[in-house]
Amino acid sequence: METNGSRNRENFEVREHDVLIIGAGGAGMRAAVEAAGKGLSVGIVTKSLLGKAHTVMAEGGMAAAIGNVDPEDSWRQHFIDTMKGGKFINNWRMAEIHAKESPDRAYELEQWGALFNRTPEGKISQRPFGAHTYRRLAHVGDRTGLELIRTMQEKVLATDTKVYMETTVTKLLQDASGRVVGALAYTRENGKFIHYKAKAVVMATGGWGRIFKVTSNSWEGTGDGAILAYDIGAEMVDMEMVQFHPTGMVWPPGVRGLLVTEGVRGEGGVLKNSEGKRYMGDYDPERMELSSRDVVARANFSEVQAGRGSEHGGVYLDITHLGYEGIMQKLPTMHEQFLKLADVDIAKEPMEVFPTIHYTMGGIKVEPEHCATTVPGLFAAGECSGGLHGANRLGGNSLSDLLVFGRRAGIGAVEYVEQNTHGTDIPEADVQTEIRRVLDPMERTKSDKDESPYLLQSELQDVMMEHANLVRDEDALKEGLGKILAIKDRVPNVKVGGNRLFNPGWHTAQDIKYLVQVSELIVRCAIERKEKRGSQWRLDHDELVDEYGSINFITKKGPQGEVEIERREIPPMPGHLSELLDESAKGAKV
Amino acid sequence: MTENGNSAARAGAAAVADDGPKKTVKLNIFRGTEEDGKEVEYEVELAEGMVVLDAVLKIQAEQEDDLAVRWNCKAAHCGSCSAEINGKPKLLCKSRVEEYEGQEIHVQPLHAFPIIKDLVSDVSWNYEVSKGIKPFTSDEQAPFTMYEEDVERLYEPKKCIECFMCQDVCHVLRTHNKHEEFAGPRFFVRNQWLEMHPMDNQDRLEDVKEKDGVGLCNITKCCTEVCPVGIKITDNSIIPLKERVADEYYDPAKWLMRKIRGRKSMTNREAEAAKNGN
Repeated sequence: METNGSRNRENFEVREHDVLIIGAGGAGMRAAVEAAGKGLSVGIVTKSLLGKAHTVMAEGGMAAAIGNVDPEDSWRQHFIDTMKGGKFINNWRMAEIHAKESPDRAYELEQWGALFNRTPEGKISQRPFGAHTYRRLAHVGDRTGLELIRTMQEKVLATDTKVYMETTVTKLLQDASGRVVGALAYTRENGKFIHYKAKAVVMATGGWGRIFKVTSNSWEGTGDGAILAYDIGAEMVDMEMVQFHPTGMVWPPGVRGLLVTEGVRGEGGVLKNSEGKRYMGDYDPERMELSSRDVVARANFSEVQAGRGSEHGGVYLDITHLGYEGIMQKLPTMHEQFLKLADVDIAKEPMEVFPTIHYTMGGIKVEPEHCATTVPGLFAAGECSGGLHGANRLGGNSLSDLLVFGRRAGIGAVEYVEQNTHGTDIPEADVQTEIRRVLDPMERTKSDKDESPYLLQSELQDVMMEHANLVRDEDALKEGLGKILAIKDRVPNVKVGGNRLFNPGWHTAQDIKYLVQVSELIVRCAIERKEKRGSQWRLDHDELVDEYGSINFITKKGPQGEVEIERREIPPMPGHLSELLDESAKGAKV
Repeated sequence: MTENGNSAARAGAAAVADDGPKKTVKLNIFRGTEEDGKEVEYEVELAEGMVVLDAVLKIQAEQEDDLAVRWNCKAAHCGSCSAEINGKPKLLCKSRVEEYEGQEIHVQPLHAFPIIKDLVSDVSWNYEVSKGIKPFTSDEQAPFTMYEEDVERLYEPKKCIECFMCQDVCHVLRTHNKHEEFAGPRFFVRNQWLEMHPMDNQDRLEDVKEKDGVGLCNITKCCTEVCPVGIKITDNSIIPLKERVADEYYDPAKWLMRKIRGRKSMTNREAEAAKNGN
């Protein structure tokens, strides 16, 4: 490039849509189908190729109380399980909607060509999963996420939705009144800028598992959507809540953190320590390996802490009782994964596993009916939004979440577009300023302060591993916050080589500010919530402290760019829901 | 803060490596564009169990920050990191470096598509083909009643992760450049499950014959050999489609039925029933 941070005008394309959807996982694609089905012009932007989003990594299944295997199941019990799993700080209305609508979303997938494993009666089969009272997960082997994403992808391709693959959004654009009227993006292939004009925007960008070194997330999980929304004033909810999946691979080093599906335990896999003891009885004698993820993750962690770990610092997960045939039918992907990557035949020997970052319960705060954020014109669904899962998500509740709230966000965006007649223009100077900011790491003159985006990201990941892991305390969190803020100061120094043509260094340079900001929010909220609750496990405080049982931590960007944290009371639950929880507390199944 | 198990394990691994001089591995990676590119040799420290993608990402992080490579899940589930190692299409995340001990390692992008840069090719053509296939359509209302035996042969084609390595290795595309006339193995796999799904009511055989050009395949099975999820593409997808096309277009009774009904000569269910002698 000939420019040198100069004020030359950059060319950019303009694309107009009624609804712009950012992210092409399950939630984004479901929103697109909804809006396109109403005849609106829809654009969907994805950082990757279509069909590669993290949804594809979901293995175990989709929770839906359709009662094909256990006819006693009901939306009521699914609601209770979800609230109990989330330690009651969930948005109860979202949990109600989710439990009621998941069955229709599962049937809808089938209507669109998805194929689930069958019961002997020819219905969708359902498997048991951690903390679900009944067998509830519609599944196809251990590749349910692939089935979901491919079905949605083919559905999207059958609409008029315009898909912009390998395109990165860098900023949400607002008009003078503050409403969202589009976004600025660039194509990863050649660094061409696009100004999307849209009457409504749906954020569906997934989570931020890349803030940790040991993660089951791909490079994409950098929290873009959450921070793009935060940056323009959207409220975030319970950012401290980050899920560690109990079972990630530990060896070899290159695959550390790679997911081992909960389906292994669903199919009867047992956890053992180096002494050969099946230890879950010490942590949750009733549910054993199928306890909630927060409990199993801490149990695995504790066994290793106590010196009862495996050769490579994990615990053993044994599924050999299924035999080769059973494994090839129920868990073929796991068999292949261990054989190919770790030289372990899981039909003959146990796997070594250890907790890995998996999912982010916190996120953009949304109104439950139609997923509106607190910024007009901006909707959010899926992992980037928060509320449904409270302090801990149950396995299988993510795929159903994507479809239930992806659809509702789509409906919300459609209604918003129909009710509003605003224009989508913004001053070109705003576009040019943003383009200059995005190009800066590539075009700025070299200096001795320059930092590598890869190494800065790696440094941040080490800080989060050390200070905000699955057990936390105040001193470590505060020290971690200091380190994060020091890294934040260095973000403007990120410098990359090469040019705009498919340049991963440049792309990584964009991600780092999201990673740092989202880490700051997590640690600040983790300092404030002084208790053990679900995935927030403060060693220096008691479990389930009353004071925090009815509170969400809301974060918002303050006028000086500082993080504002508010304790917000959860609104009282209506009688028809609180009665369910009361009945359940008495031991009744409903 | 207490030390966690991961760092303990990391320390253990490092201790082993310290026993001798650090082992390294050399990779020759294609750098540049379609018009202007060549292989460049890199040397990188070898880690236990390292896959080629690990090595490429290490080079990217430590030596060449603009080295272009596609990847996502790193678990062979998403099909993003397809490239060619020593001339053969491979998922980089599933190819262990040690498999190539004693050999040079050459890493190139997929060659059946235009190269954008380094290890990244422009695979967008595949999505255009996909868009042209009639989607699943059913007259019946879900939830469907379908038995395991009705659908078990659909599980195999549905495992496809769209890595497009079968497209890359197919002579019709790679050597003869028939992208205009031929959909490629990936999309016969898709057509096959659609055609065999008991609840689907669309007729795709004319498209399979005319638009997708199934006749151009001369069943060399190259696609089956490279499929990372083990789909027997030739035997289970392409040959059955060829047979159905032959039946449909060269059987006079079916030809007549087709003219009268203006769609599939039989629904999938009728075809199944006929086959089972009901």
